[in-house]
Amino acid sequence: MSEIIKAEQLKKYFPVQKSFLEQLFTRKMSYVKAVDDVTFSVKKGEIFTLAGESGCGKTTTGRLVVRLLKPTSGAIYFNGEDVTKLEGEKLRLLRRKMQIIFQDPYASLNPRMRLGDAVGHPLEIHGLATGEEKQKIVLDVLDKVGLSPPEQFIDLFPHQLSGGQRQRAALARSIILKPDFIVADEPVSMIDVSLRTTIIDLMLGFRKKLGLTYLFITHDLAVAKYISDRIAIMYLGKIIEMGSKERLFLNPMHPYTQALLSAIPVPDPKRKRKMIELKGEVPSAINIPSGCRFHPRCSYKKDECAEKEPQLIEVEKDHYVECSLY
Amino acid sequence: MPLLEISSLGVDYRTSRGTVHAVEDVSFSLEKGETLGLAGESGSGKSTLGLSIMRLVPYPGVIAKGRIKIGGKDILKLPEQEMRLIRGRKVAYVFQDPMISLNPVKRIGAHFTELINTHEPTTRKEAAFERTSDILKNLGLLPERINDYPHQFSGGMRQRIMIGLAIALNPDLVIADEPTTALDVIVQAKILDLLEGLRKTYGMALILISHDVSILLERCDKIIVMYAGHMVEYANSTELHKNPKHPYTQGLLQSIPNIELTDQKLSAIPGSPPNMLNPPKGCRFWPRCSHAKKKCSSKEPPLIDVGNNHFVRCFLYTEEGANNE
Repeated sequence: MSEIIKAEQLKKYFPVQKSFLEQLFTRKMSYVKAVDDVTFSVKKGEIFTLAGESGCGKTTTGRLVVRLLKPTSGAIYFNGEDVTKLEGEKLRLLRRKMQIIFQDPYASLNPRMRLGDAVGHPLEIHGLATGEEKQKIVLDVLDKVGLSPPEQFIDLFPHQLSGGQRQRAALARSIILKPDFIVADEPVSMIDVSLRTTIIDLMLGFRKKLGLTYLFITHDLAVAKYISDRIAIMYLGKIIEMGSKERLFLNPMHPYTQALLSAIPVPDPKRKRKMIELKGEVPSAINIPSGCRFHPRCSYKKDECAEKEPQLIEVEKDHYVECSLY
Repeated sequence: MPLLEISSLGVDYRTSRGTVHAVEDVSFSLEKGETLGLAGESGSGKSTLGLSIMRLVPYPGVIAKGRIKIGGKDILKLPEQEMRLIRGRKVAYVFQDPMISLNPVKRIGAHFTELINTHEPTTRKEAAFERTSDILKNLGLLPERINDYPHQFSGGMRQRIMIGLAIALNPDLVIADEPTTALDVIVQAKILDLLEGLRKTYGMALILISHDVSILLERCDKIIVMYAGHMVEYANSTELHKNPKHPYTQGLLQSIPNIELTDQKLSAIPGSPPNMLNPPKGCRFWPRCSHAKKKCSSKEPPLIDVGNNHFVRCFLYTEEGANNE
């Protein structure tokens, strides 16, 4: 399988706003290292998931990949072509092929735009269809995402829809240009549990029908396990473990992954799980610990962990981990 | 005598666009030391139910019907002044968002001393401080931080402080409303462990409100499933997990992914929850139910005892329901 997306040593640092006095007395800038040297690739047709706790950099990585943010350094390849520095017209053409779905369906649709206009807007921006032709495509797409009969939905405003319906509309808007690749940033985390499965199933269906590839971003590992082919676990801006779903869940190797998996509630009252305790809390991304960034919380830590930063190594086929234990 | 007894409770929101029956005909009781889970999606009335036990339903909500007895006393008949003595001392509430539930201009210690002073005016300041330090220690926080402000704590720590405030007066019942929804899984597990530990140490009862059924199945003795203001099922958690009766509960349990299973097949409940200003007639779930019959859309099903302390609000389990069509 060929790679559709390749991210190489991707970094994104956001400068920290300092007060006027601080600016006078210190030269040194400080940065939030949201994404700090991340390398991965997404194969055509697969669902690759970035998972982790809040603040681990998963959303920033997703936005970097679709070029909504400019990386501080590193490169992004789309179908083998370097798209890191694309601008203007070329970037616009790229956007036709890669789309993004946001977490909050209450914020991602313009409240003053009727559904048909909002969903059909990409067609106009890219000059692909107008008037009746556009109308036809919009109706077709709305029907595909289950907003049927589409004639009834086309003139509604977002506030007239439920959360689940809005997320369907967002999904419709993301597929209307027939992209090859979609970044889905927590698309179900704000939707009621009973409706989540329908959205997930729609997405899985489109993968087959439209030949889509997804970069899925989630904090919910149970959802990640259900939907993904491969998963990368992020911690403080880095991928600390990555592998096929089967290997990762069967044999989690990084101490953080092990703790993370043990903390997930299991919907079974008879099952008493053993939680692996983690010391302290996630440190700030401004002051990242030296060496392995997980070492202050790790119960396996050795002296070298505070000094040397471990590298992502392949420990078994299609399973990578960044830890000096291995 | 049960600690908490609720019978045919009805809570309405009288809005300008019409009356919303947010909670309708809910009855249950809770014994000392028990853990009860309230499950339901947004708008199902679970928070309103929790708040009504504190008599804190926000405007334009009113408790329209029913009785709430705490320790045998009907709190709906109490004057506001006496109710204030119950809040915090007998029943305490942990709110969902720890970021906005603490006063940002007050030190953590002051939150505790204010609470202790209000309820125990004779307690000296030093004694109140000492008690606060003990509580902070029990919560896994450094007692030195008693003079810090809320913004100096992380989300998980703030939720610990909220829980500390709830247990400070050693209440009989703590209601925790989505206490971990705003938190990451690792912190969530820690907070829930803490709640469970404190509950055992202090022997209090706990009502845990959550949209996440996994948490409730894992942590609660009994579970109430709410749908659109109705209590649709009530059973102990092992029974509910093994033998869910209501089509909504069945659908809900089939739609949550389980991390321990491989190749799990999830299924969804078709449709979406009703608009509460204009809910469907009869059973509120019928438009989404695959077992719906004619009767379901005209008559409200009663709460049926199916044995084993298991109750369900569905015509499928009435005698006629089984024979009908």
